Amino acid sequence: MAVGDLRVGAAVPRPGLRFRELLDHERFLGPAFVTPALLLIGLLVAYPFCMALYMALSNAYIGRPSHFVGLQNFVALWESDAFRQTFQNGFVFTGAAVACKLVLGIALALLLNQQLWFKRLIRGAVLLPWVIPTALSTLGWWWMFNSLYSVVNWTGIALGLMDPPGPNWLGQKYHAMAAVVTVNVWRGLPFFAITILAGLVSIPKELYEAAEADGAGAVSRFWHVTLPLLKPVLAIVVLFSTIFTFSDFNIVYILTHGGPINSTHLFATLARQIGFESGQLGQGAAISLYLFPVLVFVVWIQLKFVRRQAY
Amino acid sequence: MAVKRRPLAGKILLHLGLVPFLVFALFPFYHMAMTSLKTDREMYDRAAVPLLIRQGPTLEHYQKLIWETGFLTWTWNSLLVTVLATTVSVAIGTVAAYALARLKFFGVGTFGTGIFVTYLVPTSLLFLPLAQVVNWIGLADSKWALVVTYPTFLVPFCTWLLMGYFRTVPKEVEECAMVDGATRVQALTRIVLPIAVPGLVCAVLFAFTLSWNEFIYALTFTSSSDQITASVGVTGELIRGDIYFWGGLMAGAMLASVPIVLLYVFFLDYYVSGLTAGAVK
Repeated sequence: MAVGDLRVGAAVPRPGLRFRELLDHERFLGPAFVTPALLLIGLLVAYPFCMALYMALSNAYIGRPSHFVGLQNFVALWESDAFRQTFQNGFVFTGAAVACKLVLGIALALLLNQQLWFKRLIRGAVLLPWVIPTALSTLGWWWMFNSLYSVVNWTGIALGLMDPPGPNWLGQKYHAMAAVVTVNVWRGLPFFAITILAGLVSIPKELYEAAEADGAGAVSRFWHVTLPLLKPVLAIVVLFSTIFTFSDFNIVYILTHGGPINSTHLFATLARQIGFESGQLGQGAAISLYLFPVLVFVVWIQLKFVRRQAY
Repeated sequence: MAVKRRPLAGKILLHLGLVPFLVFALFPFYHMAMTSLKTDREMYDRAAVPLLIRQGPTLEHYQKLIWETGFLTWTWNSLLVTVLATTVSVAIGTVAAYALARLKFFGVGTFGTGIFVTYLVPTSLLFLPLAQVVNWIGLADSKWALVVTYPTFLVPFCTWLLMGYFRTVPKEVEECAMVDGATRVQALTRIVLPIAVPGLVCAVLFAFTLSWNEFIYALTFTSSSDQITASVGVTGELIRGDIYFWGGLMAGAMLASVPIVLLYVFFLDYYVSGLTAGAVK
């Protein structure tokens, strides 16, 4: 049918009609429909990516011609304490934040899956941190962790949990890391909870009834029914979150600017500081590229194990 | 189960279990709102209770923010960038998603994978070379740079989301229309799109939210006070040296979140369904 259409179209001299015939032709319409997206991705994603590869191998500096220097940037980075610290921070931050979000997310989803009063209102409240611009809500956390007026410390002291004046959250190494992890968990928890909730809802009720009939208690139902069936959803949520936690920028940039003494710098914030604020584009691009292996790893797992639709 | 034997007690216990989560989620907003309404005297009084307003609320910080800073310009920039980027991205995403969900042509599989990979590319990976590209096309320090670059993460997202929705429209409905003489394009605009309206609403909402919340591109590509967006303006221009204008800062963070909160209140169910569709599909 399609081939016939094209021949008829070709036989007609008027170009307007021929174009309309072509539009009905899948092999023409398909490429025509994806061209805008393809152009955009090609020019503003694939091309900048190639540029990033070149920049990382050059001594590019803002406003100066660049020369190929091989792996010099990477060598220089490994020799710098700031980068080694950042490398470690990246894994600590991502590991701690994703683990907290996973555990709390499962707990929250289990609670939300019950019969609740004000169900809609509660869901709305739970999802709110995810919707508000992170850069702005982090300002609120910045104020909450303020060295003089911290409401966290005030509450801790009032409840007798802390000795006055309480920790200087953003000024001490481990406390600062705890603070940025907390804010990341705060922001990412809704995504975990709501997605896991969707997974919970799709588990057939009969399985629970059968398990209960076999004498399984609540805990063993969770371990032997809920968790195995939730695995695919958990895998996707963890993979997605790993990429976006690893590449986080907003929270650290606003809360600590990487400090104190680089103890909270992440790849994205260090890349901006070195590549943009001090103008060493080449090194900045090299730091950014450290995010790429994580991306490749997650995409590979997704394509290999998780995705059900086949292309 | 406890819930069956003593329904009310179990239910109250369940709600009590939710309280810590709700406090964790909502307290920062409560504290920001309180701070933005306090007088400076009370805010910086270390003997005062930070959780309450005891010395009377004031709108002083909001007034200062609106009349003495560029806040209105920044918000206008945000709105312009967001609306344009969203419109362009949903349009491009719609046709691409339809092609992926329905049409068979050379390279469709590779394109699908490409979209998926691009969807996962974090903005912090490419902001340095993109800044160079933005310079070359003459959009350095211009809000138009954001209109051009935001679709790089919005289009893959919209395509991915809409593809899922288009797949749920039965093929037969479309085929019937085409047997009756409709073209492919007509089948899309008159049959598939009206059925997929919830998906389109979802795509628009998420694209709007993602571009309103975007920070690293806006921070890197724009810097003049008349070009920056609300997030960049509030986080950058309201802080001067070591003296923090906390009241104004909190007022700015509250006000700049208002458009998203409004959308959110009216379309909560779309947010919930879109969040799960984006990840699970």
